[in-house]
Amino acid sequence: MIRRTVRFLDERSGAAPFIKSTLRYLFPDHWSFLLGEVALYAFIVLVATGTYLTFFFHPSLADTVYHGTYAPLRGQKMSEAYKSVVDISFKVKAGLLIRQTHHWAANIFVAAIVLHLLRIFFTGAFRKPRELTYIIGILMLFATLLEGYAGYSMVDDLLSGMGLAIGYGVALSLPFIGGNLALLIWGAPYPGDPSFESRLFIAHVFILPVLIGTMIAVHLTLVASRHHTQFRKEKRATNRRLIGVPTFPGQAPRSLGLMLGVAGILLLLGGLVQINPIWLWGPYHLAEGTNGAQPDWYLGWLIGALRLVPHFDVVIGNYTLVPNPFWGGALFPLIVMGVLLAWPWLEARFSRDRGFHNVLDRPRDAPGRTAFGVAFLLWVFLIFFAGAADRIYLFLGWSYQEQIWIYRGLVWLLPLIAFFVTRSVCRELQAIERVEEVREAAEAEAQAASA
Amino acid sequence: MRRLRIFSFMFGAVIGALTGKGRRKRIVEEGSESPGAELALVGLLLLSAIFAIGFVVVLATGSWPNRTQYEGIALGGSLLLMGFALVLVSKRLIVTEELEEDYPEPEHPEEQNEVTQIVRESGSRFTRKRLVQGAFGAAAGALGVAAIAPAISFGPALDPFELNWTPWRRGKRLVTEDGAPVKASDIEMETFYTAYPEHSARDNIAAPVVIVRLRPSDLRLPRGRRNWAPQGILAYSKICTHAGCAIALYRKPTFPPVQPDPALVCPCHYSTFDPAAGGKVLFGPAGRNLPQLPLLIDSAGHLRAAGNFSGPVGPSWWGVRMKGPITQDR
Repeated sequence: MIRRTVRFLDERSGAAPFIKSTLRYLFPDHWSFLLGEVALYAFIVLVATGTYLTFFFHPSLADTVYHGTYAPLRGQKMSEAYKSVVDISFKVKAGLLIRQTHHWAANIFVAAIVLHLLRIFFTGAFRKPRELTYIIGILMLFATLLEGYAGYSMVDDLLSGMGLAIGYGVALSLPFIGGNLALLIWGAPYPGDPSFESRLFIAHVFILPVLIGTMIAVHLTLVASRHHTQFRKEKRATNRRLIGVPTFPGQAPRSLGLMLGVAGILLLLGGLVQINPIWLWGPYHLAEGTNGAQPDWYLGWLIGALRLVPHFDVVIGNYTLVPNPFWGGALFPLIVMGVLLAWPWLEARFSRDRGFHNVLDRPRDAPGRTAFGVAFLLWVFLIFFAGAADRIYLFLGWSYQEQIWIYRGLVWLLPLIAFFVTRSVCRELQAIERVEEVREAAEAEAQAASA
Repeated sequence: MRRLRIFSFMFGAVIGALTGKGRRKRIVEEGSESPGAELALVGLLLLSAIFAIGFVVVLATGSWPNRTQYEGIALGGSLLLMGFALVLVSKRLIVTEELEEDYPEPEHPEEQNEVTQIVRESGSRFTRKRLVQGAFGAAAGALGVAAIAPAISFGPALDPFELNWTPWRRGKRLVTEDGAPVKASDIEMETFYTAYPEHSARDNIAAPVVIVRLRPSDLRLPRGRRNWAPQGILAYSKICTHAGCAIALYRKPTFPPVQPDPALVCPCHYSTFDPAAGGKVLFGPAGRNLPQLPLLIDSAGHLRAAGNFSGPVGPSWWGVRMKGPITQDR
């Protein structure tokens, strides 16, 4: 039976050598290598649950009145889009389960990508010959942020409307082109032309997913064609020689198990842990806002950045060169993306190391990179955390304004300190290892001499 | 013919069995059997099947309480159990061997040279390469522009001053959410109200205003706005000049901890505006003061706009300071 299937396929495609080399592709074994896989599987769950949701979602801003099963909203005016999501939550079979699973999957998708990126960064996996794989990964992260934003924005509940207003403000703030671009995207001054909803929809269910899917395919093809990096767990593992577990029978069941596990956990979360209960937020109306509005976690860093900038527009005569939201909402993420994209080349320039690397560094092996990474991460994280200053005020009573002033300083000071501390810790760890090595060598020598 | 083949196969098999030759060498290492793990595997798979069936049952039987929870447990549980089953397979039932191989060649200099050569030599008949490249560039660029030009139908991108439009003009009455005119005598201190222009679309960023009442003696309005706040009643655009959120918070003097004075606050990034001082920014990121709407009280005691806003409404953009609010009908 197995033989017959293989022969059938090979005779018609000539693929037997390819299948064999695929089955015997080697995966170096380390738990952190699974982070990328978790992201991939979350994406699959997103496509599956998202497809189900499109069958019931109406991307339309047409006015309607709710007469459904959820009593508190009965008789309220709302958009078709919002109403269809309320119906998905209360009427459609398994609708709430799938919608919540979709939302959880989005949060975990981005989280897995970020953790995967940290692993790649701190082990130097982005170095030659894998710069392209890395760049596609970074672009995917930012495409994913946009995808998530489009997704929760098209529901047209109160929170999503506030998020869109901010997006509109940031689009307007782009120097020279902002006014024109925002009108092009929204179709009219905010809240925009009714067709804006279908633009969001097609971006969320077609353009961005296809883009992300394509990038995943290229990403994985590049990984496979250069093979995985490996940690130097044994002396045999070198830049030329790869040690690992073959796809089949070793890696495949493990990875499939992970896929089912990820899907299972996401469904359990979707069934048991409430997320984005849009029926509590209510439909969006332009003149309404709510206190304590927070976006999904992966946009928190932008909220923080928007809040930290002091109040000024850069103005020349009566021409507004840089409207305020540009700094936090556009320049900040562009800097983060730019630094990440340029990093493989920046590092090659600083370290004068342009060689091929298949063996990974431990963070201590590259003190400069690790120190920069920690400082950069802390910078973004502090700005992220500044976005939660209003929560801190509510829970602990620390003055919001004082917190913001403190953050404005800490955001620059702490990363600087972190850089030097991390670098010296790395160097210290290296020194300890060297002493250790010398001692072991001396002991071995002494033993040999006495024997 | 067919018989012959069967015969030769059997012959080969007999010879092979006798001599021990022809047996293929194992590729995957041999391992010991593990009946216990197999039993556990079957158990996990059956349990997974039961959960999956459970999901179908929950879906089929109409109105359970807490349906979503059961659905999640059933479907998620089924997947998770199957995941465990596969992990068990990989840990206990399949031979996991570490193998070694060489990494792919870092580069292929010969092929690199050949590719370069092919591309170079293919162009040997061109004499004016720069010119040809320029012409191709021009054609491709123009075609690119033509390809994205239809996007202009997405919105009035060529007329950005549309952004400064407002529905307000002198004499326009302020109405509540329900469309009732706002009476000056109904406006109390220490709270705020939302109002809209009468007979105009409300779904526009320039439509909603907030109304507050302060003691006339506390007002510090800019010069030229002396008559904009009859009886100390003030109206401001409800849309934050930072990023376009609705200004939904009013910090009045009875709310002491942070700010002693009344302030209009946007909940998105906490831009804070001073209603006593013509909407001046007190704190937060907003780069422009909040546009104030001049008010008058008509003979019936209703609030009316006495003109247009003090400046364009909504977030800043490059031309926001070039023209004031634009009123003409569109």
